[in-house]
Amino acid sequence: MTAALPTRHDEAWRYADLGALAPLWPVTPETIVLAAGETAAHTLILNGAGAEVRDITITLGEGAHLAFHALNAARGYGRMALRVTLARGARFEFGAAQLAAGDQTVEIVTEVVHAEPDATSHQIVRQVLAGRATGNYLGRVVVARGAVGTDGNQSIRAMLLDRGATANARPELEIHADDVKCAHGCAIGELDKDALFYLASRGLPPAAAKALMLQAFLAEAFVGAHDEDRLTTAALAALETVL
Amino acid sequence: MTMLQITDLSATVADKPILKGLSLSVNAGEIHAIMGPNGAGKSTLGYTLGGRPGYDVTGGSVLFEGQDLLALAPHERAAAGLFLGFQYPVEIPGVSMVQFLRESLNAQRKVRGEEPLSGGAFLKLAREQAALLKLDAEMLKRPVNVGFSGGEKKRAEMVQMGILDPKLAILDETDSGLDIDALKVCGEGINAIMRRPDKAVVLITHYQRLLDHVKPDFVHVLAAGRIVRSGGADLALELEEHGYEAVVA
Repeated sequence: MTAALPTRHDEAWRYADLGALAPLWPVTPETIVLAAGETAAHTLILNGAGAEVRDITITLGEGAHLAFHALNAARGYGRMALRVTLARGARFEFGAAQLAAGDQTVEIVTEVVHAEPDATSHQIVRQVLAGRATGNYLGRVVVARGAVGTDGNQSIRAMLLDRGATANARPELEIHADDVKCAHGCAIGELDKDALFYLASRGLPPAAAKALMLQAFLAEAFVGAHDEDRLTTAALAALETVL
Repeated sequence: MTMLQITDLSATVADKPILKGLSLSVNAGEIHAIMGPNGAGKSTLGYTLGGRPGYDVTGGSVLFEGQDLLALAPHERAAAGLFLGFQYPVEIPGVSMVQFLRESLNAQRKVRGEEPLSGGAFLKLAREQAALLKLDAEMLKRPVNVGFSGGEKKRAEMVQMGILDPKLAILDETDSGLDIDALKVCGEGINAIMRRPDKAVVLITHYQRLLDHVKPDFVHVLAAGRIVRSGGADLALELEEHGYEAVVA
């Protein structure tokens, strides 16, 4: 049986581009499984001209470590949904950049379940949105009963380049254990005007000054990534189409 | 030759009149000091000449080498040969100083129809200028002004000036936040880079002390948005001795 197309009543699809989703539905789920003690790096780049929707279930065994870095700049509609379950002492690092312009929608939906004690999840998402684009981050961190020693962190920032652009950021914590460390930070803003003037005063044209600052902003998502160069190159190319 | 001709300049910040009919003429080869009490409009003059958004010209004119400076965007003013030294240099996390300066210099060169400087040639130039200002060249690899001390920021401003090699520098309180040794280094840097027959400097300062190192040809007192007195280097000493109030009155 084919699952019905989601509606806006589904929280995880609330800001989605359902029109662009329809031809791709149902989305084939993917899985990443790391056994106990295993370490891996994963890179996902969505930057095609059409719609790209990915649905990935990630299971990290005891003490496993996954570094997952992503660029979401699909020009039709880009969505990556990650459901992550962490066993004891597992570590999940997620760094992602999203870029969109025009009427595009890009979104990242994560649910990270700290099922057992002492697991770590660090998520950093940087978004650059121009025109009338929409960028979404819906991130839920669940700390199961007894999962003490959990360290969960979400750092979400968006730059709106035009008045018509929208960022929806919803970091969520659901904690059923004591003695956990969970933090989330979320900021939506514009480029610092003082910095732009400073750069201009040295001779940089406005577009170059903006690009330089946005490169630095996006780079925060890829620090330490296994594929840092490839991600950065793809992000810069996406940035050029957005500016 | 007149390099900068400011005539009857008026400007507002957030609709508040700050400059009220300021006139000043600067020739190539000259160093002018602009002194004045807090709130006189000294920094506003610098920002207005630099073209900072929010500083609105409501009257008067500014000619830079005969060209209407006010018609140019900030980056075009830089390419025309204007350099603005900031009282509070801005920190820009994540943007490397070297990359930013090289892109800036090459953007200026492009406007002037010159070939871009290669990475190697640029680094050589940057190292030379950093050495002149006794700034560790390694600092230029860091993000723009991030983690620099007050004195390092000001020296880095002068290094930028040396790299960009402007015709006219407007230096806004370059002396503030400097200790005695750094003041001397910055002063010598200004002389080395800008004390030339084809260049000019407008030094905006509260105090006489920078003028011990960079000897001005003219000193002007700015009060309530206008130049109220002009004189030679000795005017600065008179101000130091008697205070602005006595001299302006």
